[in-house]
Amino acid sequence: MFRWLRDHGVIERNLILMGVLTLITVSIGGLVQIVPLFAVETTIERVSGVRPYTPLEQAGRDIYVREGCYLCHSQMIRPFRDELERYGHYSLAAESMYDHPFQWGSKRTGPDLARVGGRYSDDWHAAHLRSPRALVPASVMPPYAFLDRPLDYTDIQDRLRALRTVGVPYTDEMIANARADLEAQARPDADGSAFQGRYARARQGAFDGDPARITEMDALVAYLQMLGTLVDFRDVTPAQLRQP
Amino acid sequence: MTYVEAPLRAFAAITAFWGVVGFLVGVVIALQLAYPLLNLDLEWTTFGRLRPLHTSAVIFAFGGNALLGTSLFIVQRTCRARLFGGDDAGWFLFWGYQFVIVMAALGYVLGITQGKEYAEPEWYVDLWLTFVWVVYLVVFGGTILRRAEPHIYVANWFYLAFIITIAMLHIGNNVSIPVSFGSSHSYSAPAGVQGAMIQWWYGHNAVGFFLTAGFLGMMYYFIPKQANRPVYSYRLSIVHFWTLIFLYIWAGPHHLHYTALPDWAQVLGMVFSVVLWMPSWGGMINGLMTLSGAWDKLRTNPALRFSVTAVGFYGMSTFEGPVMSIRAVNGLSHYTDWTIGHVHSGAMGWVGFITFGALYYLFPVLWRKKGVWSEKLIAWHFWLATLGIVFYITAMWVSGIMQGLMWRAYDELGFLQYSFVETVEAMHPYYVIRALGGVLYLSGALIMAFNLWKTVTSSEAAEPEAAPASAIAVAAE
Repeated sequence: MFRWLRDHGVIERNLILMGVLTLITVSIGGLVQIVPLFAVETTIERVSGVRPYTPLEQAGRDIYVREGCYLCHSQMIRPFRDELERYGHYSLAAESMYDHPFQWGSKRTGPDLARVGGRYSDDWHAAHLRSPRALVPASVMPPYAFLDRPLDYTDIQDRLRALRTVGVPYTDEMIANARADLEAQARPDADGSAFQGRYARARQGAFDGDPARITEMDALVAYLQMLGTLVDFRDVTPAQLRQP
Repeated sequence: MTYVEAPLRAFAAITAFWGVVGFLVGVVIALQLAYPLLNLDLEWTTFGRLRPLHTSAVIFAFGGNALLGTSLFIVQRTCRARLFGGDDAGWFLFWGYQFVIVMAALGYVLGITQGKEYAEPEWYVDLWLTFVWVVYLVVFGGTILRRAEPHIYVANWFYLAFIITIAMLHIGNNVSIPVSFGSSHSYSAPAGVQGAMIQWWYGHNAVGFFLTAGFLGMMYYFIPKQANRPVYSYRLSIVHFWTLIFLYIWAGPHHLHYTALPDWAQVLGMVFSVVLWMPSWGGMINGLMTLSGAWDKLRTNPALRFSVTAVGFYGMSTFEGPVMSIRAVNGLSHYTDWTIGHVHSGAMGWVGFITFGALYYLFPVLWRKKGVWSEKLIAWHFWLATLGIVFYITAMWVSGIMQGLMWRAYDELGFLQYSFVETVEAMHPYYVIRALGGVLYLSGALIMAFNLWKTVTSSEAAEPEAAPASAIAVAAE
């Protein structure tokens, strides 16, 4: 029964043969699992409302990544009864289709944030980020008061351009107006009609409580406040949600 | 012919050093979860920035240096050939790899990260690592090509699979576009669901090939050497090698159960993860049964005790893993500390212990000493570390399962019984116990570092005939 094992000696004497066979063996699983996700269109649900992040939200997302928030907070609600009640509708692939990189996370030391947008006020978020235990005494989250410093957005156009290269549908107009749009969103009294024409359902606000300065806090809170708000589930039919 | 050894001494020493650093950062962040004041109000020392520092320090710095050092040691001796590229190649790999570690670590505390677990280093570090890794493949393969033995020894199969697969995974998961050439930041090419699948194809096989295949190579050399017995079964080696490397690659989606990843991919990941139990235990049996007829050595050789207990932990975590990859179980365990406990039984028990066993073997050989300075201290290290692991994993089992159950608990009126923060509060005692386990494990490693230092400086020099492998080198000098 094990006669073929004797032939293994051929592989053991030939480094190149062993290397090539190894490469083939370890390639198969990944190819089978990854390639169809790009090829099968229904992998991403056919829902409307998902748009690229505004420049301020994207800057906030970059801060979210920088601080490693994903190490304690997931952004992926599972289709369980308790998660529906705690966090809302289960997360769709479509809702992270412009996320470079995805931030689904793998651990909930803190709660899921996939639909945290709109659940608390801007003031609550800013105060909570500055001093989590002032609002939630049993929290183990680190304080992020240092985010009250000016946001560096000198390269925001480069950021949007790089994101367009990897597939986010930013238009030339969006990239040309990136700085103006970022500033408009952080100033509640600025004229935001052009900005809101480019980014549906985007909200202007003094996210950190101070309309005079554009801070990292503004960007992060703007990002948190839009999470999970783009898809209106009243309009979604079961057929649209079907994956392969 | 002389073997290249000077860079290998550096690899062995730096493995112990990074081990202590990595365990120390682990203890710090474990304490931060129990006492959040320890975040110190500084942006550089928050949990979010230190956690990648911990994982990279233990996986890539401690584990990586152990793998590079032992592979270059083993490939020369099992091929009876001098390292391809000689001392220069060895030193290039040593400094090139340390540069990767230091650049990545500096990035983490400054907030430079790709935001993908175990693949945090940014694009410029990734490029440099790719170059170092190609040199590594050439040096390792080149040494095999000059071998004086007709067959390639089984340990080298595993190291070869580790080097090739890590190259594939590293390149595949790090395709990204920098914001600009002057910018440290980049955006990953895939997004959302595809990005998640590619990340966990990478992430799980960092476990499968970095932390498993490579360390199995270590097992296949050091256990037979320490026990002075041949490997239990040649056939089992062949079967478990090919099945292990074929099956592991499929297991990634078990990190994405019940997510937006399509069900077909989740089911594939689950099925292959369960099947993976078999080759994993094939490897465990081959390692443990190598001691047939030599079990008494466990009493007299404390270094061997580390290597063998490592295989025991390997068997335990490769059983726990398939169980947790079953979707119904994963629904409870995912997002909780159970996963953290599982990873640590593998990392501290398997990866840590097999490396400690290897270091206790390597130091006397590389520095031409009769033996390790104090066997008693090895025993102290062993029991402290074992007790530390037991504290760690039992605390995480309890806290993980408890938190998972609390999240889904309902009261008699049909409402969720616990708010999220109540489940956080309930974790506190277990986080303290876990940190205590980490302190014990770290103390063991400090004892090891001291013992190895004394081995280099104070142990009695070996007689040339006492160490046959090095006798060749001594005679040629």
